[in-house]
Amino acid sequence: MHNADSHQDTIPKVGVYVCHCGINISHTVDVTATVEFASKLPNVTVAREYKFMCSDPGQEIIQQDIRDGLVDRVVVASCSPLMHEPTFRNAIAKAGGNPFMFQMANIREHVSWVTKDRDAATEKAKALIAAAVERVVLHKPLEKTQVPVHPDVLVVGGGIAGIHAALTLANAGKKVYLVERDPTIGGHMAKFDKTFPTLDCSACILTPKMSAVRAHPNITLWTYSEVVNVDGFVGNFKVQVKRKPRYVDEELCVGCLDCIDACIFKKGKIPSEFDSGLSKRKPIYVPFPQATPLVAVIDPESCAHFKTGKCKQPCKDVCERDAINFDQKEEIKEIEVGSIILATGFKTFDASRIYRYGYGRYPNVYTSLEVERLVNAAGPTGGEITLNGGQKPKAVGIIHCVGSRDSHTNNYCSRVCCMYSLKLAHLVKERTNAEVYEFYIDMRTPGKGYEEFYERLLKEDVHFIRGRVAEVTDWAMNGDEEGRLIIRAEDTLVGSVRRIPVDMVILAVGLEAQPDHDDVRRMFNISCSHEGWFLERHPKLAPVSTFTDGIFLAGACQGPKDIPDSVAQAGAAASEALALIDLGHVELEPNTAFVDEDSCSGCKTCMSICPYSAVTFDDSKNKASVNGALCKGCGTCVAACPSGALQQNLFTDEQIFHEIKGVVNYV
Amino acid sequence: MSENEINYEQFEPRIVAFFCNWCTYTAADLAGTARMQYAPNVRVVRVMCSGRLDPQFVLSALREGADGVLIGGCHPGDCHYQEGNYKALRRFTLLKSLLKSMGINEERVRLEWIAASEGDKVQRVINEMTEQLRKLGPLNLESTQLPTQAAAPPILEEKIAAHQGGTHE
Repeated sequence: MHNADSHQDTIPKVGVYVCHCGINISHTVDVTATVEFASKLPNVTVAREYKFMCSDPGQEIIQQDIRDGLVDRVVVASCSPLMHEPTFRNAIAKAGGNPFMFQMANIREHVSWVTKDRDAATEKAKALIAAAVERVVLHKPLEKTQVPVHPDVLVVGGGIAGIHAALTLANAGKKVYLVERDPTIGGHMAKFDKTFPTLDCSACILTPKMSAVRAHPNITLWTYSEVVNVDGFVGNFKVQVKRKPRYVDEELCVGCLDCIDACIFKKGKIPSEFDSGLSKRKPIYVPFPQATPLVAVIDPESCAHFKTGKCKQPCKDVCERDAINFDQKEEIKEIEVGSIILATGFKTFDASRIYRYGYGRYPNVYTSLEVERLVNAAGPTGGEITLNGGQKPKAVGIIHCVGSRDSHTNNYCSRVCCMYSLKLAHLVKERTNAEVYEFYIDMRTPGKGYEEFYERLLKEDVHFIRGRVAEVTDWAMNGDEEGRLIIRAEDTLVGSVRRIPVDMVILAVGLEAQPDHDDVRRMFNISCSHEGWFLERHPKLAPVSTFTDGIFLAGACQGPKDIPDSVAQAGAAASEALALIDLGHVELEPNTAFVDEDSCSGCKTCMSICPYSAVTFDDSKNKASVNGALCKGCGTCVAACPSGALQQNLFTDEQIFHEIKGVVNYV
Repeated sequence: MSENEINYEQFEPRIVAFFCNWCTYTAADLAGTARMQYAPNVRVVRVMCSGRLDPQFVLSALREGADGVLIGGCHPGDCHYQEGNYKALRRFTLLKSLLKSMGINEERVRLEWIAASEGDKVQRVINEMTEQLRKLGPLNLESTQLPTQAAAPPILEEKIAAHQGGTHE
């Protein structure tokens, strides 16, 4: 405090540095005019311009002025503070200044990029610079506080992205909680037969990683579980995980599956979630033979014991390990972690939303995910591609962009459909020798080996028809079409409308955000795009970070992604988490609230308003005080304080009033 | 109305905006990155949360010469600090009645929920508000007439506002 006061006594020396940002700023803002303007503002001792202020020579200009004693506080007029505030703060600190004697004027994102008129842009830039100068004069030296980072990590979602992130961290010696909603990990990738473009067997590359997760001493795997509450902040999250009862003790079950054979249901009656409903399971089941953990689960919705209470419980009798426990209750586990990786994945587009493609009306119209199960050797048909009646198709049509690149459904490209359609075309040809027709808008095959795979398919005699499909119908117009499905589409390369009779239609459904993305993002305090994809901190420079420190993204929950990209992102998210853990602490922005005891009347208004219970009350003094470790720096209490006793570092009333004055008064 | 002499087409209103760091300020950055062009009349003051917004800031901006004030926060339920935006909404409701009693057209002050992904909404809202203020003309506080009808006592207004804010949640 003493330091701060002595600072106020001296006359402030403000340095203003205006950035050209190449031509990003200077092509609409007259930088020289703004510098001229700034040099005449009160307390400004130095005003300079430079091509790239954020570059080393740019920073050096500021540092030299600080070292020469010309300036003791800095205004940089350049891009958004969300972009380069840390850069310049560090530069000031390196030159011996206090990093918080600094203010940025955002004349790129808020001016030059959104304004065409040069005069108007220059005027607006001047106003923002004046505001920053007005405000920085009132800045005080502040110190960042450090809090320790809990070394454990929570990974939410056990698809390939979550698995990879968990393994990377666990292999680095960190303790990981992997939470998966379904009874098994594996996600979508576990359902696929082959992966493009290499045609690797999906199970062969995935299941070893799944068992590694199960066996890893550093990974606590909680399947059939959901995160229900998240508290705290970077380095110190408190998370509640709900473990749903599976009615089979995970510790005792060895996965012999005798219980499933013993069930009073002699045959499966419930559509299998894992097989997209193409096969039937019993009330006690494992999703698929390589499920991890290989522990049976009882579905109380269909189990006779839960429905009637009259089942003889042969499953319980047959279990030698006595693992079946009908009295199992939901459990809430509380854990503490320092960082969280969200890898909650996607869902596929509901094809019945496009009525004219006949999904749900014609039995031989399948979604691509269903066909993935059909071609899978462990799937409902043992890898045979057969029609609903059991016969092999002679002609198959694959319709691209179902639920993608369509203003009626989703505008975006789902990125994976072209490639998986090519893969399915190859597999259909290989297994059935049927004629395959691909109806596409554009072939999008950017990726290593992807275009080559497309070339290969062109040589495999697959028919490519460029144009959007109008409808799938069973209304035959000639003998050849009788009893078949007819795909009506415009062939834009030939310039005519075609009718192609096929036996099977595969809808290349796009990727959509999980239906509960809104609940999830609220729980983790992050943002979503319009489409429901979780929002990264910066699309290029911080693609796995979020606006909430310590929470990272991996895989398709951030946007449609194929397996290589999901894995790459999972690795990146894991290394971000590792960087946090290895540093051991995080520095918190010192924008916390504080109480001026002399003005505090003890009304406690602030206490009721703080969502973090950071304001405490000293009864003996009848004054409020702020716990800096709990305060997150929103400033809501400051605005509520009727006597102005509460203030927020970096956002004091006085600073904001001056900023308002600056923004309006000079230009 | 002496304001008839003002050429509304030419009048460039000055708008001070208070944007929260996490949603609306980020959205304004996004509008910039996407090069969405909009009226240059808004000057943004960044606050960490719309809950930081003291109604005095709005009054101060109007007194200093702004013709309108725009407040931007996260959508209900999305606040980075849990519920600061609800507090902003309550104060905004109260502030509007205060402005009315001061004879200031309440349309000069606007509260918008703009999410980090809604760069297009920043563009639309700023353009709309600039047009709106062009029609209203400059804010001339000296000649502003107090409404003849006495406004409800502030304490009652506060209760109403708190109640409205409460049910809104």
